[in-house]
Amino acid sequence: MAAAAELSLAEIRRGLSWRKQLDKIFVLLGLLVLFACLGVLAILFFDLVRDGASRFGWDFFTNFPSRKAERAGILSAWVGTSLIMLVTALVALPVGVAAAIYLEEYAPKNWFTGIIEINVTNLAGVPSIVYGLLALGLFVYKFNFGQSVLSAGLTLALLILPIVVVATRESLRAVPKAIREAAYGLGATRWEVTKDHVLPYSTGGILTGLILGLSRAIGETAPIITIGALSFIAFLPPAPIGGEFPFLNFEWLTSEFTAMPIQMFNWISRPDQAFQANAAAAGAILLGMTLLMNAIAIYIRYRFRKKINW
Amino acid sequence: MNNSAGTLAAGFSESLRYRKIRDRLVELILLAAGLVAVFTTVAIVFILVYESSFFFEHVSIREFLTDTMWTPLFADARYGIMPLVAGTMTTTFVGLAVAIPLGTIIAIYLAEFAPHRLRETIKPMLELLGAVPTVVYGYFALVMVTPLLQKVFPELPGFNMLSAGLVIGLMIVPYVASVAEDAMRAVPRYMREGSYAMGATRLQTALRVVVPGAFSGLAAAYILGISRAVGETMVVAIAAGMQPNLTFNPTEPAATITAYIVQVSLGDLPHDSIGYQSIFAAGLVLLLITLVFNVLGFFLTRKFREAY
Repeated sequence: MAAAAELSLAEIRRGLSWRKQLDKIFVLLGLLVLFACLGVLAILFFDLVRDGASRFGWDFFTNFPSRKAERAGILSAWVGTSLIMLVTALVALPVGVAAAIYLEEYAPKNWFTGIIEINVTNLAGVPSIVYGLLALGLFVYKFNFGQSVLSAGLTLALLILPIVVVATRESLRAVPKAIREAAYGLGATRWEVTKDHVLPYSTGGILTGLILGLSRAIGETAPIITIGALSFIAFLPPAPIGGEFPFLNFEWLTSEFTAMPIQMFNWISRPDQAFQANAAAAGAILLGMTLLMNAIAIYIRYRFRKKINW
Repeated sequence: MNNSAGTLAAGFSESLRYRKIRDRLVELILLAAGLVAVFTTVAIVFILVYESSFFFEHVSIREFLTDTMWTPLFADARYGIMPLVAGTMTTTFVGLAVAIPLGTIIAIYLAEFAPHRLRETIKPMLELLGAVPTVVYGYFALVMVTPLLQKVFPELPGFNMLSAGLVIGLMIVPYVASVAEDAMRAVPRYMREGSYAMGATRLQTALRVVVPGAFSGLAAAYILGISRAVGETMVVAIAAGMQPNLTFNPTEPAATITAYIVQVSLGDLPHDSIGYQSIFAAGLVLLLITLVFNVLGFFLTRKFREAY
């Protein structure tokens, strides 16, 4: 206190203006770091597009991989990725939403529920390659699904399950209690309340979660390599929709496959420089897909938030 | 129930009973879905322990932990996990050296300085940085970052842990920033107002009141960041080379635990060979390391949520 009294007014003013300067400097620093990070993302995307520019064209999408870089395409890769995403979405959506409904609407508060919750949190932190090892030991060899589209789809479904569960729970929680109680008051059972009143309001949040999860799954490389995706596939899995009754067939599930990130990784690891352009083009498409899915997810979230007035 | 419903038509009570039974059935189905998470965890642990038990029949735990060479696929096979752990630690450390300062600055800026609208628009954009497929980041590290670094350090080899680590750091910045920002926003308003009332500026308040107040949350952000960096696979597999190398020097090429698993998976090993079993042993070590950090992070986040 004695020391403070000795400070002259001028010194205090100087100290104060210096500290205010520091505030401004920090704001600049914060903005600089923020935009540097976003700038890197922009540079990355434009570099990929530039390096891969020579490859973009119809042929790139309709050609199989080839030993000649100029003739190699991503046909088997994007078909593989689409089929895997189909399996992933069809598994992760019902299981994830059901688990979330259980935890949010049904589960009693006890140790058992606690275990399920800790598990979901913990699974979100398990490295993706560990899911690959799980799938290799369990799906590929124990269940004998082989190195197939089915194994890959199930693996990625488990991987994005925590994302879907967390997103669904958040949107269920956002539905006001009054809506549930009004429905209970009219004699609805718990499932009727959930199905007819809570779920319709949460569709936006659930969709957002699913798309974010799929955008994560589409770029996952490590787990798919682990279960044994092949990088050189010059055939397509049997088509899921056929011309004859019953119009669906499921042989594609057990077919061997490759996927976009695998194809890109394969091209990156070739010593031949010509393949780098292919890798860049595949990367640009992959990154573009991921960014697009994220944008859609953000848009859906925004729309639903705006539309609902409780 | 039956007494009060006695005056109602029998059909109604019949339908009520049916609806209640259906409710129970649905609950069981939902519970089964919830249990998928538990089964996944159990299955991960079981598969890793089961498959590596064959590995540890051949290799003693002592050799596994103390040998300084990792060459399971060579004729003269050596099974010391240390070179892989060293590679993992080095890339993780480089990554953290990037992610902790950048993530913390961004978090402080967003939580304490940024206007509301800027924060709401910039956060989803920042999260895109974490959504980029890791194989794309690997390409970025190998084809763009390494040549750039070679201009500064001309003797840097084409595969090195430095560029892989830097890119991993960039990748986990949004993650660290988002957990750290949550923690700082959980610090109650009155603490900031007390500080402002004493004449502190925003920066002083942020550094001396909010950051110490959010300490456990910041620690959680860093620890969860470590866990991400340890488990990162494609960036190191592409940019750091795949040669196990017992070194902590980031300018050298080396393999991490994850890169080794990728390397073996790329080949076509028969599934009862020691090479096949060795990736499960490596995976078990990886799981244990991330588990420790995740559990630590879990308790720290719980602590900061309860603190006030």
